[in-house]
This record gives sequence, structure tokens and C-alpha cells, in this order.
Amino acid sequence: MKKSIALAVLLSILPLALQAADGLFYVSFASRVMIYAIAATSLNLALGYGGMISFGHAAFVGTGAYVAGICIAEGVTSAWIGWPAAIAVSALASLVIGAVCLRTRGVYFIMITLAFAQMMYYLVNSMKAYGGDEGLSLPQRASDLGNEVAFYYVVLLLLLGTVYLLKRLSESRFGRVIVAIRENEARVEALGLPVFRYQLACFVIAGAVAGLAGALLASHGKYVNPNVLHWAQSGTLMIMVILGGVGRLWGGVIGAAVLLGLEHLIAEHPVAWLDALVPNYQQHANLGVGAVLLAIVLFAPQGIAGLFAGKRHAQA
Amino acid sequence: MLFLLAAGLTLVFGIMDMINLAHGSLYMLGAFLASTFVALTGSFTAGVLLAIPATALLGMLLEVSVLRTLYQRDHLSQVLATFALILILNEAVRLVWGSDAALPMPAALSGPVQLFPGLRYPAYRLLIIAVGLVIALGLYLLVAKTRIGMLVRAGAANREMALAMGVNIRLLFTLVFGVGAALCAVAGALLGPLFAVQVGMGENILILAFVVIVIGGIGSIRGALVGAILVGMVDTIGRAFLPIFFGLVFQPRVASAAGPAIASVAIYLLMAVILYFRPTGLFPARG
Amino acid sequence: MLRLESIRKRFGGVVATDSVSLEVRPGELHALIGPNGAGKTTLIGQISGTLTPDAGEIFFEETNITGMTQHARVAVGLARSYQITSIFRRFSVLDNLALAVQARSGSSFSFWRPVAEETALADEARSILKDIGLEEREALPAGALAHGEQRALEVGLALATRPKLVLLDEPMAGMGPEESQRMVALIERMRAGVTVLLVEHDMDAVFRLADRISVLVGGRIVATDVPQKIRANEEVRKAYLGDEAAA
Repeated sequence: MKKSIALAVLLSILPLALQAADGLFYVSFASRVMIYAIAATSLNLALGYGGMISFGHAAFVGTGAYVAGICIAEGVTSAWIGWPAAIAVSALASLVIGAVCLRTRGVYFIMITLAFAQMMYYLVNSMKAYGGDEGLSLPQRASDLGNEVAFYYVVLLLLLGTVYLLKRLSESRFGRVIVAIRENEARVEALGLPVFRYQLACFVIAGAVAGLAGALLASHGKYVNPNVLHWAQSGTLMIMVILGGVGRLWGGVIGAAVLLGLEHLIAEHPVAWLDALVPNYQQHANLGVGAVLLAIVLFAPQGIAGLFAGKRHAQA
Repeated sequence: MLFLLAAGLTLVFGIMDMINLAHGSLYMLGAFLASTFVALTGSFTAGVLLAIPATALLGMLLEVSVLRTLYQRDHLSQVLATFALILILNEAVRLVWGSDAALPMPAALSGPVQLFPGLRYPAYRLLIIAVGLVIALGLYLLVAKTRIGMLVRAGAANREMALAMGVNIRLLFTLVFGVGAALCAVAGALLGPLFAVQVGMGENILILAFVVIVIGGIGSIRGALVGAILVGMVDTIGRAFLPIFFGLVFQPRVASAAGPAIASVAIYLLMAVILYFRPTGLFPARG
Repeated sequence: MLRLESIRKRFGGVVATDSVSLEVRPGELHALIGPNGAGKTTLIGQISGTLTPDAGEIFFEETNITGMTQHARVAVGLARSYQITSIFRRFSVLDNLALAVQARSGSSFSFWRPVAEETALADEARSILKDIGLEEREALPAGALAHGEQRALEVGLALATRPKLVLLDEPMAGMGPEESQRMVALIERMRAGVTVLLVEHDMDAVFRLADRISVLVGGRIVATDVPQKIRANEEVRKAYLGDEAAA
């Protein structure tokens, strides 16, 4: 708990420090990291706590992004309308998709979530009215949140809210059941709890929060584009979760920070000897990401948060 | 062709219980290797034939080094690890070959062939269908009639029992993986002239292959075949007829927007419907 | 309390359950015995709801439960324990039982309130813990328990749902003589107030505990009677007990 509060305080004063040091670029960057942190945390709920390996989570982020984006494009610029709308539609989408997918198990589940994500991707891609494959540029952010620092604080508030929600969820009766399902699904059913309903509820909550992240993303970049729904994005979110720590409260946040931070470092700060070895190595950054991910999966499955917290696993 | 990829995938998953997302990367490697060999030898046939063992070898190397450790791990680890492999392999290919490569269609086959009076069909596509059928037959014979095939089926149905009966599982797995890689190579090399040979080609077809095996039932070659045919049909019919159908029923503006959209998602709808009624596919290898 | 009528189940070419009719009376401890492969676990699966019979009907307290899902059956008071230990290995022993208690006391769609605040759950879990003799092990992860203790927890989980009828599927599986004695004592303690259908191989335990015994051979019930009559039954001895019982 103390660590959490310290982190929250740190994040609160961060923009002031960043602004003083390097101007608004890093404040905007930090906002972007936090938005991804929200998305990764929502996936952590479904995957880390619930054990549902959804390879289609980006679809819900994307749905939220498009709903929010379309609202602004059509002139409805208030975040109070656009963002709840995004959450609602994403929740609905995850309800429908989850209801079909959760009838399957194991690899079937993974594949069908992946396929649904692709389906959404193609669907959005063919929406010519809203940019099709070129994406949709937005004239402004929701509620005129053009001020970087103001936007940062809004996102921060939502991130802290998300993490707090996850905390309360994980400690609640619902959370116990979800983690138990991950542990031994058959036995939970044998205790008299309808597993399907609990998993679906978890999936929908995760989808709804992902939708919020999507809405924020749309405002942040003033741009929505089908790539947000591509399954590679789902993969990126999964990488964040496993990097940060599957099933750990701050796993999504840490993972997003580390991944995006590294990406930024690699792009902005070339390392000479690496360049000599592999010319233009920055364009092949994915190789490094892949290698790191492979290493983590093979050698440190608990992620970074796991390294710090010892062997204690996420428990209700 | 989709069948080839799906067959390899379903074998690997059915027997080794491993989700291999990098399967598409082997397909890509097959195509790139073929382009190199064709350029080196000047002959399309030689190029393709060389690419097959080369890819198979690479695949087996991959299996022995990295994938072996994943068999016992949970599905999430497998998904992430093979996803990491996709990233690595994509970039590696980009480093060696650049973002794309050329694989021209052999001149002899680029024209159409007269099947029946009035029905002309591109010769190359005929070749693909023919190869697909031959391999399907060969696989069927191999799996259903030979001893190795029996071992494979036993392993797919119940791995522990097969192990207990003294089957050399490691070797079997490596071989199966090699066969899967070889199938990918055939598909990649043959499809190269039709579609572009480029980095990332593996992923698009990978998802389709997964849809096929999910529909067909994991571990079943017959399922892969049926699935591939179904998917192919639905996709083609969907793309051809749905826009027309929509045009008849709805206003032109809606039709031109919705038609293609629904066509591309038709396959996924098919999968959703099938999984709804048969959560383990049409012909699951394990009961 | 529990009535099976002509239950049939086949898997491909194998008829696992062949027109089984069985009756378990309220308050009794009814044992189901039979050689390996007789179809006992298949039958238990159909009673508990994890398998659907091809034909026949199952009545629980005169309600037809044949089409009910497993969790619905638990809600009406039918619980089971598993032959292959199925517990929550990474949860503490107390949390295992607390979850079971939670399952039948109010809705678990509660998202906000921390479970830790619900002391009633923990209290009840503790009392069950005492009943099954594992108070010392309260805080250990369930996976760290000895085999016999895990089997006790297994039974405890089934009991924690306060069933009217509990299906015990080979609770003594894999136990040595001392552990078996403890398990028998446990079952004797807990059978007051609950009806039991016990599947077991351990003949000593069966003859000590059972009010009536049904013998399942090749998917069919060949005899149902009180223990002494079963012991003396020629057909049963031939099919199952062999020369052991004669000695």
C-alpha cells in the first residue's frame, strides 16, 4: 500500500518536473504511457487475474477509440458524453464477443479472440465514412483538453482510478472467484458457482476499461486509425502485462512504462557500436523486443514486478 | 494452400499441444528462400524444391533450440514466446533480404488452360490445386496407413500413453515439426508468385490458418481439409456475392459500404457460428 | 433422496453405464463398489452433472435433475469430492474452505467490499477445518499439504457447501493404512446430518461405514443390499471379491 501511494505521489508531481526540464513533449509522452498503462491494466484483469488469454483485447481499445473519435468528428465534443459512450460500446462489444468466445477453452479461446479482433479490424477498415484504412483525424481533443498538463492530470486521475478499481476488485468476493477459476476452473463449478457468468463479467469489465483507454488515446493523438485494433497491438499489450508482472496490481503500469520507455530510448538515443554491428538497428528494434520477450518468457515468467516482490503470486 | 498451413499447424498443436504463432513465419521463410534459390538456379521448380528442405531444416533447428522448452509450459507462455519469435524472425528476414523479395511466376504456367470448352482457368492456380490435393492425399495415407502415421495419431490423442509405450517422443516431435515446416515452405513458395513476398505475409495467413483449424478441430488433418475448403468457399462466395446481395436489398450507399465489410468478416462469422455449436471444432482429434 | 432410473451412457463402442437404477435413502451411507473399469467414476459424473447420460433420468428429492448444470445441482444440495485431488493449490487451506463457504452464502457478484472483512466466512471455514482435523494447517498453501491431508481437504470442500447429499469419489485413494483410518474416522464424524454416496476400493472401510452396498460390474448393478448379505453373495464374490473374502 505504501509503495502504491508513493508511486501515485511521484506521478502527480512528474509533469511539473518534466515541464521544467524539457518542455511539454515529455508531458505528452507521459500521458501516452499512462493511457497504455490503463489499457494494459485492463488486460491484466482479464489475463493476469482471470487467466483468460485474450489475444483480441486491442479490439476493445480500438472500439473505444473509434466511438470517441466519431463523437468528436460529428461535433459532440464533450468528454462527458464521448468517453462514457466509448466505455458503453466497448462493454457491449466485449459482452457479445465474450459470450461467444467464453464457450471455448484453451487454445480455441485464444484463437477465437484473435479472430474477432481481426474481424473488428477489417470492419473498421472498411468504414469509408470514417477514414477507412487511412484513419480519421480529429479537429480537437475531447472537451478542449488541449493543454498538455491538464490532459496529463485527467489521464493520471483515470489511471489511479483504474488501479484502485483493480485493487478493490481483486480483494472482493468476485475477485476471489475469478482467481480461483484461474487456479482450478472445474472445482469452482463443482462448488456451485457458474464459471461462465463470472468470466464474462470479468471480460466485460476489462473490455469497458479498455474502451476508456481507447477514448483517451483518440483524444491524445487527435487521430484514430484501424491499426489500433490490429492483433499486433493486442500482442503489444500482452507484452506489457507480462513484462510488468502478470496478475500484479501495478503490472500493467510498469509494463507500459518500460516498453514505451525503451522504445523511446532506442529511437532517440543511438548507440554507436550497435549501429556499427547492425546498420540502421533502430528500425529493427522489434528484434530486441522479441528477444527480451523470449528471454522473459523462458527465464523470468513473473515479469519485472515479480522480480521485486519475490515469489508471492497474485492471490485474492 | 490454406490447407497446407492448417495441416502443419494442426499437427503441431494436436501432437505437441503447442500453439505456434511463428508458423506463419516459416511460411514467409519458405517464400523468401524460394526466391533466393530460384534466382540462384534460374529454375522455378528447382528453387521451390530446394526451399522445402531448407525451410524444414530451419524449422527443426528452431524446434530443437527454442520450442522444445515450451512444450511443458502453459499456453500463455507459448503464445508470448512464439509471438516473440515472429518479431525476431520478421526483423531477421528484413535484415537478410530487405522488406520484400521477387518471386516471379514461371512463364510456362502463367497462361490460362482450357479445362472444358468455354471454361478457362489460370494454369498456375490449377497447379496449386493439384499440388494441394496430392499432398492432402499423401498426408492422409501417411497418417492413416503407415506406422509413423499411427504414432502421430496416438501422440495426438494421448501423449502420455504414447510416451509410456516407449515412442521416441523427441525425435517424433522434431520430425513432425519438420514436416509442418516443409508444408509451410510449399505453400509459401507456391503462393509467392501470386501474392507479394514480403515481411509480414505470414501473419495474415496465419490467422486464417488458425481459423481453419479451429473450425476443423485441432489435431485433425481431415478437419484441416474440410475447414480450409469451407473457409475458402465462404470467403470467395462472400466477396463475390454479398456486395451484390446487399445491393439488391439495401440502398446503394449502404450496400457499397457494408457489402465488402461483411464479406471480409464472413469467415469470422462462420467460425463464431461453428464454435457456438461445436466448441471444439467439427472433427476434434481428442474426444 | 437420490434416485437413478435406467441411466445409460456410452463412449464410442464402450457402454460405460448400462441401464443403472439406484436408490439412496435419506441419512444413509450408501457405498458403491466394483472392480476397476466398472464405470463408477462415469456414474458419479452423471450424478454430479459433469456428464450427461444418453438415456434415463435422475431424481434428487423428487426433482428431476437430469438436465441441470453442475452448479445448479450444488445449489439444490448435491456436492461431490474428486478421486484425483482437485483443490486450489496456491490458496491457503483456510481460503480453500472460505471460498466454498462463500459460494453458498450470498452472491459472489460483489465487487467492492474486501472479502477479508467478512469474518463470518473465515469463522465458518475454521469450524469446518476443525471438523476435518486440519486446524494446524490453516495458513499453509494447499499444495504443501501431505497427500492424506489434501484428501481430507478435498472432502472438506465438498462438505463446506452444506450439501444434503455428498458424493465421495474414492476419498481414500492413494492412502496408507494410518491415513485411511483417519479418513474413515472423518467420514464417520461427518455423516451425521448428511446423506453419503461413497465410491471406494478399500473394503475394510466400506464394510465398516456402509449401511447398504451396491455392486457395479461392467456398467451394471449386480446387487444392492446390506453389507453382510453382499459379503455372502456368490455372484458378487465371483465377479469381484475373488478368493479374498473367502479367507
